[in-house]
Amino acid sequence: MGTTTIAAGGRSHKSKGLRKSLATLAASIMLATSAQAATPATDEVNTTGLAVTDDTVKVGILHSITGTMAISEIGSVQAEKLAIEQINESGGVLGRQIEFVQEDGASDWPTFAEKSRKLLRQDNVAAIFGAWTSASRKAILPVIEQYNGMLYYPTFYEGLEQSPNVIYTGQEATQQILAGIDWAVKEKGAKTFYLLGSDYIWPRTSNKIARKHIDKLGLKVVGEEYYPLGHTQFNSVINKIKLKKPDVIFASVVGGSNVAFYKQMKAAGVDFTDEKPLLLTISVTEDEIRGIGGENVEGIYASMKYFQSLDNPNNEEFVAAFKEAWGDDMVIGDVTQAAYLGPWLWKMAVEKAGSFDIDKIREASPGIEFTKAPEGYVRIHENHHLWSKTRIGRAKTDGQYEVVYETDELMEPDPFPEGYQ
Amino acid sequence: MFDGYTTSELMSIFAMQGFAGLSLFSVFVLMALGLAIIFGQMGVINMAHGEFMILGAYTTYLVSGFFQSVLPGLFGGYFFVAIIIAFLICAALGAFIEWAMIRHLYRRPLDTLLATWGLSLIMQQTYRSIFGAREVGVELPEWMMGAIQVTDLVELPINGLFVMIIALSIALGVYLLMYRSGWGKKVRAVVQNRPMAEAVGINSAGVDRMTFALGCGIAGIAGAAFTMIGSTGPSSGQAYIVDTFLVVVFGGAQSLIGTIVSAFGISQAQSTMEFFLSGSMAKVLTLLVVVGILMLRPEGLMALKVRR
Repeated sequence: MGTTTIAAGGRSHKSKGLRKSLATLAASIMLATSAQAATPATDEVNTTGLAVTDDTVKVGILHSITGTMAISEIGSVQAEKLAIEQINESGGVLGRQIEFVQEDGASDWPTFAEKSRKLLRQDNVAAIFGAWTSASRKAILPVIEQYNGMLYYPTFYEGLEQSPNVIYTGQEATQQILAGIDWAVKEKGAKTFYLLGSDYIWPRTSNKIARKHIDKLGLKVVGEEYYPLGHTQFNSVINKIKLKKPDVIFASVVGGSNVAFYKQMKAAGVDFTDEKPLLLTISVTEDEIRGIGGENVEGIYASMKYFQSLDNPNNEEFVAAFKEAWGDDMVIGDVTQAAYLGPWLWKMAVEKAGSFDIDKIREASPGIEFTKAPEGYVRIHENHHLWSKTRIGRAKTDGQYEVVYETDELMEPDPFPEGYQ
Repeated sequence: MFDGYTTSELMSIFAMQGFAGLSLFSVFVLMALGLAIIFGQMGVINMAHGEFMILGAYTTYLVSGFFQSVLPGLFGGYFFVAIIIAFLICAALGAFIEWAMIRHLYRRPLDTLLATWGLSLIMQQTYRSIFGAREVGVELPEWMMGAIQVTDLVELPINGLFVMIIALSIALGVYLLMYRSGWGKKVRAVVQNRPMAEAVGINSAGVDRMTFALGCGIAGIAGAAFTMIGSTGPSSGQAYIVDTFLVVVFGGAQSLIGTIVSAFGISQAQSTMEFFLSGSMAKVLTLLVVVGILMLRPEGLMALKVRR
C-alpha cells in the first residue's frame, strides 16, 4: 500500500518533467523494498481481519491425531510443524513469526468441518494445512469456500476437483497412475493387469483411470476387485489372482487391510522379487511399510512422486532435519513430503502477493516455483495442483524404496482428465 | 470364468479355495468364542472385545521384541510364549474390569454396552499413547511364513494352518471346560437360574468374574494369532468387531455350538461368494442372508431351549 501512495504522489508531479517523476518512482521502489524487509504495516498486508499482528501470523493445522486415520495423518502433522519451524528460523513470513493452532479432526468427517469453521471464524487463521482423506477434504470444502479460507491439502487423491480455496500439494490420480502403467508396459513388458483396491472413491477412480489407459494401450484388464475398508481376509482374491496369472497387480489397498493383504500374499507363497506377477502399488509408502513389515513387501513397486531415498541435496537436508525433529526411527512417505511443501508454498505466495489476503494469495499462487522441495522442483499450476515428477521405487527389506525410474519431464496435473469421469 | 483352464488347474484352485474358507472359519471361531462366552453366559455385550484382541497382539509384539534382543536363539519359538502371556494379561485385565465396572451393571444390559464401548475408546487411546498411532510390525519367525507346497499349484499357507490349529485347540479346550469340568457346571447352572444356583452355594459373583476373564483371555489369544494375518494398530480391533458380533448373534447368543456352526456357515458362504463375485458384493450378500435368516429365527441358529 505504501508503494501506491508514493507512486501516486510521483504522478502528480508529472508536469514538472519526466526525470523528476522517474526519480520519485525509483525512490518509491527503494522504499517499498526496504519496507518489505522491515515488516510492512499490519493493516496493509491484512485487510480482511485475519489473525495477523505486527510480529506474528496464525495458521491452522487440522489433521486426525486420534481415531483410525491418526496412523496416516501424524506424519503430515510432523512435516507441517517442521516446515513452520524452519520458516520461523529463517525470519518468518513478511517478517512475522508463524504461530499454529492445532485441531484434531478425530477421523470423523463432521468434526473436520466443525474444526475448520472454528479455525476460520474464531481463530481467523491465515491458512489451514490439513485434511488427509478425500472424505475429510470434501467435508471442509464448503466451509472453507464460504468463509474464503485457504487450505493446503497434502494427499495424493482421485482428482475431479479444483477449488479456488485449496492448493493441492499431492498428486492427482493421473500423475501417479499413467506414468506408472507406462513404465510397467515399457520396462517390464506387461500385457495383463489385475486391479485391486479398497472400496471407496480414491481406489475406484484410480482404477477407472488405469483401466482407461490400459485399454488405450491395447492391453487387457483381467480382473477388478474392491474390498471394504478394514477387510482382513484376502485368501479368495489371492486364489483368483493365481488363477488369472496377470502380469501386473495394480494395488490401491489402504490402511490396515494392506497389512493383511501383503502378509497373506507372502504366506500364500507369492514372492514379489520374482515379479510373477509384478505388483505395482499407488498406496504403500514407507509409512505403511512400517506396519506391514519390510520382509512382506520386498520387491513390490510403487508409483509415487517422492521416496525417502531420493538422492538430492534438498532431500538429504530434509530427511536429516525431520529425523532430528522427530526421532531417528522416523520414516518419511510421499504424503509427508507433500505436507512439508504446504507451509513453504504458502509463504512464497504471501511474499509474492505482499499480503496475507486470501484473494491476493490465490492470484499469486499459480506459477510459484519451489526449488528447495525435497522431491526436487515443483511449480504450482493454474489449476492449483503441482507440476511434479513421477518416480517408481522398488521396496527393500529395510522398508525403504530404491528409485528405479523417474519421468524425464514434470508431469502436468490434470484433475479433470477427459473421458475418465 | 473357467474357460481355458485345465481340470487339474481347476481342481487345485478349488482345493485352495476350500482351504481359504476353512482358514476364514478358524479366524471367525477364534474371534467369536471369547465374545460368545461372555455374551452367552453373562448377557454382557463386550464392545471392547476387539481392543482385548489388540492387547494380545501388542503383547505378542513386545514378547517378540524381547526375544529378539535378549534370547535371539529361541526366537523361533517365541510365539508359544507370547500366546500364553497374551492369555494371562488379557484375562487379568478382564477380571479387573469385571470387578471395577461390569459387576455394577449386570441388571442394565444397555449400560454395559455403553460402558464397554467407552472402555474400548479408552483402551484405543492408551495404545496410541504408549505404542504410537502407527501400526507396529510384528516380526514372525521364519518357519511361520511361507507355504507348504502340496502340488505345483496347491500351496497351503503355514500361518493359516497354524491359526486353524489354535482355533481348534481353543474350541476343544472351551468345550471341555464348559461341559466336562466342575467349574463349567457351575457356569451353566448360573446361566440357567441364578437365584437357584446361589441357593445351592455357588458363588455366582466369582463365576461371573472367571467367565469374563476367560472370555477376555481367549480374545488375547486370538489377537496374538492375528498378528500373523492382520495389522496391529490402536484401532485394528475395530476391523474384527462387526464380524465377531455377526457370528455370535447369528449362531444364537447362548449357544457355543451355535457360534461354531454360524462361523462355519458365514465363512464358507463368504469365501465362496468372494470367489465368484467381487469382495464388496460378497460381503453385502452375506449380510443380507444373515439378516434374512435372523428375521425368520430371531434367536439365531441354535436357540437354547429354556422354560420361561
